[in-house]
Amino acid sequence: MTVIEVENLAKRYGETVAVRDVSFSVEPGEIFGILGPNGAGKTTTVECVAGLRTADSGRITVLGRPAGDPELRARIGVQLQESELQDKITVREALELYSSFYPNPADWRELAGDLGLTAKLRTRFGKLSGGQKQRLSIALALLGNPEVAILDELTTGLDPQARRDTWDLISGIRDRGVTLLLVTHFMEEAERLCDRIVVIDKGAVAALDTPAGLINRAGDEQRIRFRPSQPFADELLTALPEVRELRHQGSRIEIIGSGNLLHAVISVLARDGIVAAELTLEQTTLDDAFVHLTRGE
Amino acid sequence: MSVFTKLTLSEFKLTLRDPLYVFFTLLFPLLLITILGNVPTMQETPPELGGLRVIDVYAGAALGLAIGIIGLQGMPAVLATYRERGILRRFATTPVRPTLLLAAQLTMNLATVLVSAVLVYTVAHLAFDVPIPEAPFALLLAILLNCSGAFAIGLLLAALAPSGKTANAIGTFLFFPMMFFAGLWAPRDLMPEVLQRIGDFTPFAAGQDLMTGALTGQSPEWLSITVLMGYLLICGAAAVKYFRWE
Repeated sequence: MTVIEVENLAKRYGETVAVRDVSFSVEPGEIFGILGPNGAGKTTTVECVAGLRTADSGRITVLGRPAGDPELRARIGVQLQESELQDKITVREALELYSSFYPNPADWRELAGDLGLTAKLRTRFGKLSGGQKQRLSIALALLGNPEVAILDELTTGLDPQARRDTWDLISGIRDRGVTLLLVTHFMEEAERLCDRIVVIDKGAVAALDTPAGLINRAGDEQRIRFRPSQPFADELLTALPEVRELRHQGSRIEIIGSGNLLHAVISVLARDGIVAAELTLEQTTLDDAFVHLTRGE
Repeated sequence: MSVFTKLTLSEFKLTLRDPLYVFFTLLFPLLLITILGNVPTMQETPPELGGLRVIDVYAGAALGLAIGIIGLQGMPAVLATYRERGILRRFATTPVRPTLLLAAQLTMNLATVLVSAVLVYTVAHLAFDVPIPEAPFALLLAILLNCSGAFAIGLLLAALAPSGKTANAIGTFLFFPMMFFAGLWAPRDLMPEVLQRIGDFTPFAAGQDLMTGALTGQSPEWLSITVLMGYLLICGAAAVKYFRWE
């Protein structure tokens, strides 16, 4: 059974078309990512899935029910962008209060522990740092023991350590059987966490694939940079079928190519007794794939 | 404990953490009564007041002040801020409806008014011999009607204002003329006829008349009741129609 099914979703605000045509489906236990440039329609899409907005056309079902069905509110956890709390409410009060909204709430103490909020339970929301507010917001989304969690820009505003901790937490949530729908603009986050990604651009699906699949579509260009221990003739390497281009950058050499590039280059250099110092290899990343897929015409 | 009770208590706790709210709704009316009670001219009984002293009328005015501050300034700003900061939207993602948060706010504010009323009339009675209302139920009804009118206007302000700051600005702008007509600066019965008749149709003046009436045990004025019910129905319906949750 698919957990989330979106078919030909369209939504406009007055004259502005936010979503033109988006379709995807999310399988149980999956971490499904929605990626796209600013204004692509990501947030509108998840808000429709969460039942906060009504689609103009198209069909959305969540856990077998139409999006917006009141019964779903207890089964979906949602973390929205720019959704705050009262400045004067403490972390503990917020967790206790929001727990009481759900028929089968999680243990808020445990959640606070998992999200590193235990030391902040008596702190008022207004005194929390951006990262702490964000973590509280994630905790509130998970309080109801949801079957599906929708997290919009969950690590925006977090420092790198907190971001990594949150990723571990997200993997942990998935291990509990929760299906996750993530909106993100961090490629590293999408690559690390997501099983599949839909790339939305200008209100429509630009691609839907695994992170590796998306990278492959952008071509498998690789870049090697190194400082040779002694000079050599360019032809030595440009003759290789794997090498497409060779550039000199001061004392360093950059080689662009594909296939088994690294192995081919190193073999030739080793044969002639040349040592490649300070060697780096760059492969196509999700970043490159993203730019490739969403490049404006 | 029901979710509604929890929410109301939570709203209470949060509100009590705002020193300005506590000061203006609970302490300021008492302060006003205490200061005015010590002004000798307040003990006079002008013939227009039908046997009441000026200070007797001011007990109601002090409470009206608290109701006005809550209805025109406190509540609309809080609710508009709840919308502005996405608190209502967060509620919309939970099994609890955002309407329940509005209801909790209204209940909390009404309870504050009732506490303020007990304080004001107790101090006024003990310190300045303001009579215990001849018709306590009529007084309670007067307070409830006064709150209905004021809170309905407040809800409409919250519905129309784009932000908490704007809500507060509009509320303050309305507050002074309305309080003037209600007789905060000079008792209504001492005003020129024209101002009194205009005042009849403003909510706090209507509320003030009902409270003064309850003090002397007169039967409530139907005009005042109708005016306040009118504000409740018209502003309330408009607030429901125009309220935006985000």
